[in-house]
Amino acid sequence: MPVGLAHYLTVAAILFTLGIFGIFLNRKNVIIIMMSIELMLLAVNINFVAFSVVLNDLVGQIFAMFVLTVAAAEAAIGLAILVVYFRNRGTIQVEDIDMMKG
Amino acid sequence: MILQAIMFYLFAVVAVASGVMVVAARNPVHSVLFLILAFFNAAGLFVLMGAEFLAMILVIVYVGAVAVLFLFVVMMLDIDFAELRSGFMRYLPIGALIGFILLAELLLIFGSWVIAPGVAGLKAAPLPANAGALTNTRALGELLYTRYIFAFQAAGVILLVAMIGAIVLTLRARVGVRHQSIARQLARTRAESVEVVKVPIGGGVGD
Repeated sequence: MPVGLAHYLTVAAILFTLGIFGIFLNRKNVIIIMMSIELMLLAVNINFVAFSVVLNDLVGQIFAMFVLTVAAAEAAIGLAILVVYFRNRGTIQVEDIDMMKG
Repeated sequence: MILQAIMFYLFAVVAVASGVMVVAARNPVHSVLFLILAFFNAAGLFVLMGAEFLAMILVIVYVGAVAVLFLFVVMMLDIDFAELRSGFMRYLPIGALIGFILLAELLLIFGSWVIAPGVAGLKAAPLPANAGALTNTRALGELLYTRYIFAFQAAGVILLVAMIGAIVLTLRARVGVRHQSIARQLARTRAESVEVVKVPIGGGVGD
């Protein structure tokens, strides 16, 4: 059975599901939740590239690059917020993050 | 062809396995390292698909920047990670259930979907017929710097905003820390730092 589009989509689907699973599993740890989000974005990128290659249309790869950009920005800002929060509170438990005013 | 299949299954299995370890590892540092492994294998999948430029970008940006950023933060924060894992087993059933439902739905879709017949006419940037001579990087560049130049610039602005935002968020002006102020040292003049006092005999310098 030659490796085709469906194979790549299956891998991406499994990775995406793992990301969601990780959010449920580690719902106390913000860092692992963010890593799960990165995993989901990676799965989306695999989908983009797979379709781009199969349809012979480069726009999918261009869009995947933008997804990569936004993911990097999101990770930087998210981790910065995490560091500031930890500095002020001394904890990053998700359940403790429930105040609107610092 | 057979080699391609072997490499695909190798990359796919390792990527999925390291994805499992990302969410299941006991130590978040191990999670980050498995995330890096997952990214490497995804880059391998990209190379197999023929998207070499994106694969290299994935390695450079994700492994070189994002994952290392995660590693820094995980190691910098002094947290009892064992306590953060306390509800692990409690959340396992509901997480597994939702993940299983989602995966089943996705696989059901894969079993039944077809590419729409008119999709060939909708291609935004089809590769030219002599694409064999065109490398992936060059093709991407020719598209990115012409038709998608504004989106490209916007991506640059997003990165700039993210960089400034991260700096502004984490910068703190500490009070009570004795820093060396080079400007003040250099701005000192003789007049304000040395005073010649005439001392009368027997009187001392008391004022």
